Amino acid sequence: MLRENTRRFKFDWLTILLFVALVAFGYVNILAASHVGEITNYFDMSLPYGKQTIFIGLTFVLIILILSLEAKFYERFASIIYIIAIISLLGLFIFGKDVNGARSWYGIGSMTIQPSEFAKFATALAVAKYISDLQTNMKTLKDQIRVAAIIFTPAILILLQNDAGSTIVYLAFFFVFYREGLQQVYLIVALALIILSILSLKYGLVLTSIVAASILITRYFTRKKKRTSVLQYILVLTISIGFAYGVQLFYNNVLKTHQQNRISLWLRLEKDPAKLERMKKAEAYNLIQSEQAISSGGFYGKGFLQGTRTTGKFVPEQHTDYIFSTVGEEWGFLGSSLVVVLFVALIVRILYLSELQKSQFSRVYGYGVASILFLHFTINTGMVMGLIPTVGIPLPFFSYGGSGLWGFTILLFIFVKLDSNKINEW
Amino acid sequence: MRKLLLLTSVVLVGLIFIARLFYLQVYGGFEYDVFEDSAIRKVYNYPKRGYVYDRNGKLLVANQPSYDVMVIPREVEPMDSAEILEFCELLKITKEDYHRKLDRATNYSPRLPSPFVAQLSKMDYAVLQEKMRKYEGFYIQKRSLRAYQTTIGANVLGDIGEVNRSIIAKEPYYKMGDLIGKQGVEKTYEKTLRGVKGIKFIQKDRFNKDIGPFKEGTLDTLPVPGKDIKITIDSELQAYGELLMRNKRGGIIAIEPSSGEILAMVSGPSYNPNLLVGRERSKNFNKLYRDSIAKPLFDRSLQAMYPPGSPFKTLNALIALQERVVTTSDRFSCSLGYRYGNRKMGCHPHRSPVDMNLGIYESCNAYFANVYRKIIDKYDSPAEGMDSWSKHIKSFGLGNYLNNDLSVGQPGKVPSASTYDRAYGENRWYTTFTISNAIGQGEVLATPIQLANMAAAIGNRGYYYTPHIIKDIEDETIPLKFTTPKYTTIDKEHFEPVIRGMFDVYNKGTAKYVQVPGIEICGKTGTAENFAIINGEKTQLTDHSIFVAFAPKDDPKIAIAVFVENGYFGSRFAGRMASLMIERYIKGEISRTDLEDFVLRHTLEHEYAKPFSDEPFGINRQTTLQTVSPEEYRVISDIKATIGNE
Repeated sequence: MLRENTRRFKFDWLTILLFVALVAFGYVNILAASHVGEITNYFDMSLPYGKQTIFIGLTFVLIILILSLEAKFYERFASIIYIIAIISLLGLFIFGKDVNGARSWYGIGSMTIQPSEFAKFATALAVAKYISDLQTNMKTLKDQIRVAAIIFTPAILILLQNDAGSTIVYLAFFFVFYREGLQQVYLIVALALIILSILSLKYGLVLTSIVAASILITRYFTRKKKRTSVLQYILVLTISIGFAYGVQLFYNNVLKTHQQNRISLWLRLEKDPAKLERMKKAEAYNLIQSEQAISSGGFYGKGFLQGTRTTGKFVPEQHTDYIFSTVGEEWGFLGSSLVVVLFVALIVRILYLSELQKSQFSRVYGYGVASILFLHFTINTGMVMGLIPTVGIPLPFFSYGGSGLWGFTILLFIFVKLDSNKINEW
Repeated sequence: MRKLLLLTSVVLVGLIFIARLFYLQVYGGFEYDVFEDSAIRKVYNYPKRGYVYDRNGKLLVANQPSYDVMVIPREVEPMDSAEILEFCELLKITKEDYHRKLDRATNYSPRLPSPFVAQLSKMDYAVLQEKMRKYEGFYIQKRSLRAYQTTIGANVLGDIGEVNRSIIAKEPYYKMGDLIGKQGVEKTYEKTLRGVKGIKFIQKDRFNKDIGPFKEGTLDTLPVPGKDIKITIDSELQAYGELLMRNKRGGIIAIEPSSGEILAMVSGPSYNPNLLVGRERSKNFNKLYRDSIAKPLFDRSLQAMYPPGSPFKTLNALIALQERVVTTSDRFSCSLGYRYGNRKMGCHPHRSPVDMNLGIYESCNAYFANVYRKIIDKYDSPAEGMDSWSKHIKSFGLGNYLNNDLSVGQPGKVPSASTYDRAYGENRWYTTFTISNAIGQGEVLATPIQLANMAAAIGNRGYYYTPHIIKDIEDETIPLKFTTPKYTTIDKEHFEPVIRGMFDVYNKGTAKYVQVPGIEICGKTGTAENFAIINGEKTQLTDHSIFVAFAPKDDPKIAIAVFVENGYFGSRFAGRMASLMIERYIKGEISRTDLEDFVLRHTLEHEYAKPFSDEPFGINRQTTLQTVSPEEYRVISDIKATIGNE
């Protein structure tokens, strides 16, 4: 009995506090972004904030449910949960409902559920389960391929449903793999590929080749291992140039116009003023409105429900993906910095707790949680501030939406449960 | 190490984001200004502009509604060429106009409203009003334009026009497309007349739809109507003055000496104030502005500086008495002029020797040359004498701006010792160098209003009120400076002999032919030589005709200065016109119809054409008077019949 009592208070209250702060502040901003006229009924189901009231209420039920299950349950049923998630994603091809061109929702009466939001924690569980297996060694190619298969299966299914944004999130697991022993060369290659892509698009093939060649030549003459031959360097250079060319082909032929334009805006590729003007009314519209709303907030912000651009609904999708611009306008530099600090604190706290875990499963899972939250936060906030090309993914705990909120809550609270159990795991 | 990758990434991203937020919100952010906020529609409510009445309560300027199509460039939805064409047809502009106007508005500011098509007619407005919703970024702003109830007094009343960018930069009250007084009382009493516009802040959504008042309307203001004003002008006298000035160039200023109120302020040629209202305004304004020969926008009653000529002699007489260098009975001889050194200042034949009274009414140059020398030479050096003289002259309001409520003015010129020090070197000049000052030529320049004011000061026997145009402002008193007398440096007792001289000008002197029965007029004729540069050569033109007067002799009701360019000798045009104005004002009717007929029947246009004819021409005595065409005479008669019967 005594043990039961103490265990109940083993939960990491700081994490829970940060979670509550984010959800609460998110709710305040959804209220501002979606209210029409005076707010009379917080349960007005015809408006997003009314629904969000219900979603948040149900979240606490969900939390109690998650915390009351045995910690072992999650490890034991990780594979089954993952398989259910994959099946639910597959089911979308048959029963799914098209919303804004993406087939990512199940419609149940007037409610919709987006399984990709739940697939994230399922994948995190599966990855944790696989890596924590005693026989797994992340340094071997065999295991690398297998974990890759675990994350790319849901990622590709989601991509096929036309939800490119949610697909990108699965790249977050790279951090997990790296933590668990993936060779450094992957990190270098990943960074090199990102730089190559940007250089190739922004400055063209010739300049990119010159840059790549210069780096490799310098590297060749300062190399420590004399054994590596010139041929290997030439091969790397050829692959680099080939990749740079491939990026251009991909950009020009595979990407859809709106995706091209988002990247073009981000890298400022478009010079034709007439075309830019057209983009301002289309792809760049959200971005411009969002940046303007944030800038107009100034240091202190305009105050709750006082944001003129928010009240006027100038930023489309403001209560979902662009919710951060509401914070920027109404709460100013103070409020938006606070949100950044809250997220950083939450992620750092999860990382800190993960490293304290006794079981590898818990640690890997915790890392997965931190990585997913990190990528969501970085992409969403970066996009709203105009630092990153437009990618439609929600801000965890903040954005309007039941599936998203629940998905992230489950993701986080499974970890809170695992963490609370670390004392029993020897 | 491996543990640190994600941790450092998280912290780094956090720092970058906060830096970005700082850049957007604090560094690049600006003080929130609701006027800059495109989410808030600003609806201006323009108040009624104050009416303008003449001194007798006759309405001169009222208002009429006008509708401007305004544009906020960044809110304009792209239209295809068919839509643009349709829109252009509604607005009666060409497609090129459309793009030019839009570019200009964008160039000014993409987010602030600019006028797109100004001053639509009521008909166009009615058609447009219903279709306007279709064109995002465009809206109709109601304003009030002037409606002149008269065809006279353009130079007095002035006009209103769109503010330009430099005004907006200086006075943020004004927004693009607002109207502001540009000339005349519209300019000087702009703040009184315009009132304060009201403003309503309305929250918009991104579809440009109004969704309610901003901050529950707590920031909204109601318009404050402009105040009506009454100006000192007697519109009948003004109309009569303008009629007399027809086909001539010059200025007439009539002042009420007991108050400094300007009764008439005529500049010829004049124009109909209605030309500067409505869509034709800028076209008409340009036409007036570009007329560099007749210069209708140049207010000759306020801005034209002429050598004052003989009327100036009265001041020299007053100074001489004040300085006690002559008495009224001191006599000087005149044998067709005044000799100094080996030079001579000419004079016309008349009796000699000359005392003060004769000197004034015969306008004897020799007499005033002697008097002037005595004034200057009273002091040890010409410089001291000159400064003392200059001080006396300036006390009559000459040589400086009058500092009144007229939108334009000129200081004129009165020399002092330093003027000659600069020209000749200190102590290297003598009284004779400056002798032209004795007869109002040389370095002296004055505007008609300064001369009229001088006449008022003489008529008042030693003081004047700053000439002004404002008589009454609704619920306000007029500035104190207009109701405080300004004293000249001449003692009261010295005026009587000079005034007697001026009275004799009418009785038996240069103006005896323009007497008006029953009114004791005191005046002084004047003639000013003038020159123009024609083909690089300084060429003399026919003299300007000048007349300065006040009446009646005791307790004067009107002081007047008349200037007629190239009108030849003083009494020929200016003297006649002065007498007619005086009679019209005091009696309300004209008994000397012979004078009137002479002035109305004759034109000086041929005189003004001479310098541009490229042919040799005669001046003064060699000129012959020309009469107006019968059609013009009929027009003149029609106008004459309407004055006072409106």
